[in-house]
Amino acid sequence: MAKSTKISFSILFLILALAPLLMSDFRISLLAKFLCFAIIAVGISLIWGYTGILSLGHGVFFGLGAYAVGMYLKIQASPGGIPDFMQWSGVSELPLLWKPFANPVFALFMMIGVPVALAFIIGFFTFHNRIKGVYFSLISQALVVVFVTLFIGTQELTGGTNGLTNFTTGFGVYLTHPVVQKVLYYITILILLLIVLISLWLTQSRAGKLLVAIREGENRVRFLGFNPTTFKVFIYCVSAAFAGIAGGLFVLQVGMISPEMMGIIPSIEMVLWVAVGGRYSIFGAVIGAVLTNSAKTFFSESYPDMWLFLLGSLFILVVLVMPNGLVGVAQSLYAKWFRFKTSKKAGGTSYDANTNLQ
Amino acid sequence: MTQILTCNDVKVDFDGFFALKGVDLQVEQQEVRFLIGPNGAGKTTLLDVICGKTRATEGSVFFQEMEGSIHKLEEHKIALAGIARKFQAPSIFPQLTVLENLELAMKQKKTLWHMLFAKMDEPTKEKIEYTLEKINLTQERNRLAGFLAHGQKQWLEIGMQLIQDPQLLLLDEPIAGMSGQEREKTGRLIHDVSKECSVLIVEHDMEFVRNFSKQVTVMHEGKVLCEGDMNTVQNDERVIEVYLGRGKTHA
Ligand SMILES: Nc1ncnc2c1ncn2[C@@H]1O[C@H](COP(=O)(O)OP(=O)(O)O)[C@@H](O)[C@H]1O
Ligand SMILES: [Mg+2]
Repeated sequence: MAKSTKISFSILFLILALAPLLMSDFRISLLAKFLCFAIIAVGISLIWGYTGILSLGHGVFFGLGAYAVGMYLKIQASPGGIPDFMQWSGVSELPLLWKPFANPVFALFMMIGVPVALAFIIGFFTFHNRIKGVYFSLISQALVVVFVTLFIGTQELTGGTNGLTNFTTGFGVYLTHPVVQKVLYYITILILLLIVLISLWLTQSRAGKLLVAIREGENRVRFLGFNPTTFKVFIYCVSAAFAGIAGGLFVLQVGMISPEMMGIIPSIEMVLWVAVGGRYSIFGAVIGAVLTNSAKTFFSESYPDMWLFLLGSLFILVVLVMPNGLVGVAQSLYAKWFRFKTSKKAGGTSYDANTNLQ
Repeated sequence: MTQILTCNDVKVDFDGFFALKGVDLQVEQQEVRFLIGPNGAGKTTLLDVICGKTRATEGSVFFQEMEGSIHKLEEHKIALAGIARKFQAPSIFPQLTVLENLELAMKQKKTLWHMLFAKMDEPTKEKIEYTLEKINLTQERNRLAGFLAHGQKQWLEIGMQLIQDPQLLLLDEPIAGMSGQEREKTGRLIHDVSKECSVLIVEHDMEFVRNFSKQVTVMHEGKVLCEGDMNTVQNDERVIEVYLGRGKTHA
């Protein structure tokens, strides 16, 4: 692993671990939410930055993970085990689809299982049929429309537009208790750390190099004897799993999930976080998610109407001026400084393969 | 000698235009076969059919002892069966290092599971170093492939084909853009390679063909025009007419 990656992540996780000493509970709960987003961003960096597949539909995987855990929490919070919105629609018995979600282990399993299964099916049929580029992006976007419509339309099953909210307890504790919230914050850090480590390992494995090769020339990979479908489906499933986990953590900390949160705008925002941080870098994805969302909070607190406008401008700015994101800017500054130093010392330039974009 | 590759009556129809109009071709074990012919003769298309990039509209392609024609198999299955293809334009992976390019190309199980857990062990390292030496890129092993000179890219790609240990190597104009010295070296490399596998090579440079060929197949307008050694071919009236008739002295 590149030394710079190790150092950057060590500093970041140290700051995250110490943050509760310096920040109010309110800020910490915001940060925890951003860390959930960072988990999604890592997955998007894998599929978009490394493999070159632009998914504009990761909101769905996030949403499915969130609903899986949300269903468990909703059953917990409902006297008699029947959620309030079902009672309003006159449902007197828990629907079959909901029953197994009374079991927390099952819910956690489905938080990963459902997004992965969906990614597998969509991925297999698109990638096997060699649908790629813009066409895949469009399909992934259509997926969002389908699911949002489906979730809004089946009010008595999903809570409709309002989604699932008003949770109380889960896993034997009161979710809103400050200590529980703090523990959840640290659990989120640990899971983010785990996901970062898995992703770094993955990108450095031979399979990770093959992902880059697929990005650079999918057809060439075939003539070396690889079936790119397998690898593309795999990485799509991995990133869907990450988004699902993020959704589960999100619902535990934020206490609600609705179709709007898995819609088109959030799905595009997810891609934007990664673009801002630097899509070719796992670290870039993490800080991209945290910084973009911090900016969003700052601006929505001060100028609530401006955020979407700013978001659009930010996207144009990133695409035009810094295609490799903040990490790319940092790398080129470092490379300039490094060259300046060595040219003063040795009177020449040197090339270091570690400063490339992987 | 036994045949490694047999093409029977291969036709390719590009929306009404027949790039191949029924090609028969046989390549023997450890043979180096040159394929020449004017531009647009269908040489590249024939290689495309053999490696699965283009589907033959009619005809069949038999490879080694494999049952049935391979012309309907997916590209990666043909590659795994032992056919390696070097394209006209260098098609290396520019954002990977020279070493990583070879690491991916190398003969190995090309499954997800193997690629996730594969280690850089001693035999692997040796094999890569051996190939690096063969293609003269030992010094460049940690450079990004995109930064190599044109000739070096061509070699890297040849190296990526060799390290697959193919049974049949398809080369499309491998010396295009190379200097005289580089051409010479490539010629010798191909000669060495032919001890271990068969080579089917498209080349424009007559000097090169004369120096390194035994058997030459001339193609014209989607058909095989004639076959033989360079002398026979050069004195064949049909060949002279095709080349002179078009006012060209090179292939
Ligand atoms: N994908 C394609 N679609 C339509 N025509 C093609 C295609 N590929 C090649 N051709 C045509 O087929 C003929 C043979 O091309 P090619 O095999 O590249 O010739 P060569 O390699 O001998 O110069 C040419 O006339 C070319 O224009
Ligand atoms: Mg050609």
